[in-house]
Amino acid sequence: MRKMQTLGKQSMVPEEPVYIQGWGSVVGKKEGEGPMGACFDEIEEDPVLGAENWEGAESRLQLLAARKAAERAGISTEEIRMIFAGDLLAQSIASSFGIGRLDRPVYGLFGACSTMGEALSLAALAVAAGAGEHVLALTSSHFATAEKEFRFPLEYGSQRPLSASWTVTGSGACVVGSDAGPVKITGITTGKITDYGLKDSQNMGACMAPATCQTISTHLRDFGRSPEDYDRIITGDLGYVGQQILLDLMEEEGFLMGKVHEDCGIRIFDRETQDTHAGGSGCGCSASLLAGWILPQLACGQWKRVLFVPTGALMSRVSFYEGNSVPGIAQAVVLETAQDAGKEEA
Amino acid sequence: MTQLTSEEEKKQYENYVKQVTPTHNLAVNMARAFVAGGLICVLGQGILNFCMARGLDQETAGTWCSVTLIFLSALTTGLNLYPRFARWAGAGSLVPITGFANSVAAPAIEYQKEGQVFGIGCRIFTIAGPVILYGILASGALGLIDWLAGRWLG
Repeated sequence: MRKMQTLGKQSMVPEEPVYIQGWGSVVGKKEGEGPMGACFDEIEEDPVLGAENWEGAESRLQLLAARKAAERAGISTEEIRMIFAGDLLAQSIASSFGIGRLDRPVYGLFGACSTMGEALSLAALAVAAGAGEHVLALTSSHFATAEKEFRFPLEYGSQRPLSASWTVTGSGACVVGSDAGPVKITGITTGKITDYGLKDSQNMGACMAPATCQTISTHLRDFGRSPEDYDRIITGDLGYVGQQILLDLMEEEGFLMGKVHEDCGIRIFDRETQDTHAGGSGCGCSASLLAGWILPQLACGQWKRVLFVPTGALMSRVSFYEGNSVPGIAQAVVLETAQDAGKEEA
Repeated sequence: MTQLTSEEEKKQYENYVKQVTPTHNLAVNMARAFVAGGLICVLGQGILNFCMARGLDQETAGTWCSVTLIFLSALTTGLNLYPRFARWAGAGSLVPITGFANSVAAPAIEYQKEGQVFGIGCRIFTIAGPVILYGILASGALGLIDWLAGRWLG
C-alpha cells in the first residue's frame, strides 16, 4: 500500500496526515539576547554547557532539545522509534555523542545547514510508511565548533567580511508521528544540488540562493500554488545578501514573494547591535526558530500554512582549499496548522 | 546537479553577487589600520627607549622590545582582548609582530583540548607556518641573489 504520492518533479504528499507532536529549542546566550530570545524553550548562559570542550557543548544542546521535544509531545524518550539527526561537524560528531545516550535507533545525516529540512522530510517519510509511531528529527550548531571546523581559531584576530554570517549556537528538535498533533506536514519538496560556480565561502547566502530558488520555484509548480498560498515562506540562513538574491532570482522565475518571505538568519540576530553582519547561519538557526517560533505560530492558528525551507552550503575545508565552488541545497517542507482541520473538510 | 553551464553565465552571476554584497569601507579601514598599527609601533618605540635609557645597547634593547610586545600580544589573546581589537583595527593589528604572536597563541588555545602533541604541537603553526616557510624561502632566495650579484658585479 502506498503511503506517499509523488507530485510533479521533486515533490511528495502523504496520503494520510503526518503530524508534528512536539518540539524543543535550546540556544546560547547571544541568541537569547537577540530579537527572538523570548521564543526559545531554554537559553544556556554557559557557552560550554559544563562540557569538556566545544563539541561536547554542542552535543548537550542536542540532548536537551531532544528531551524537550519528547516532553512536549507527551512521550518518554524510550518511545521514540528512530532518530534522524546531523550537524555541521566532520563525521557529525555532535550528533553521535549527543544522542548516543538516548539509546534509540539512529540515522545520521549531513545536509549542511539544511539538515533540519532533511531530517523533517525523512521523519515524515518514515512515519507515512508506518515505520514508527514517533520519529525524532534533530540538528544543532555551535558558533565555536563551526569556527574551528571551517574558519580560524576563536582567539585569532581577524576582520569578518560584511557578507559573512554568524553561526547560531542552538538546537531544535521535532517529534513527528501519526497520532494527531498541533501541526501537520502536508508536503515535501526534495532539494537538488545547485551550483552557480561561486567560490566565496564567506558569502554563503549568495552560494545558497540559487538552490533555494530552484527548490521553491519547483515546489510552487509541483503543487500548482503561488507564494500567496502561504502565510510565510521561511528560508533557513540566506541572510540579507542571500535574501535579496533569492527574491531577484524568484522574480526571474515569475514569482513575486517579497511579501511572504522571511529568513531565519535575518530574524535571529539584530545586526545593528549584535555585530552579526549578514545574519545567523548553521543548522541550529532554522532548527531552533522552527521549534521556537514557526511551529508555535502554526499550532495556535496564527498562521495556516508555511513553507519551511532550510538552506545548506555543501562544502568542506578540503573542497574549499582544492578550489572547488560552493554548491547549495534547500529542502522544503509544507507545514499546516491542525486547528480547524475539521471545519475545512466539512 | 543544477548548474550554470557557460563560464560567461558564471561570471555574470559573480558580478551580480558583487553588486549586491556590501563591503567594508576601504578608506575607514585604512585609517583605522594606520592609527592602530602606528600606536603599536609607538608602544614599541617607547619600550625601546626605556630599555636604552636603562643602559642597554641598541641590539639588546631591540630584543627586549620584541619579546615584550610578543608577551603582551599572547596575554591579550588569552584574555580575548586582542581579537576584539583586531576586529576594529584590521590590518593594523596584523602587520606588527603582535599579529604574528596572536596567530601562534590563538591555535595553541583552541587546540589545547586535542592534546599536547596532536593538539598544540601539530596545530600551533597552522596560521603562522606558511609565513615562516615562505619567509625563510624568500630570504634564502634573496641571499642567493645577493651572493651572485656580489660575485659578478663586485
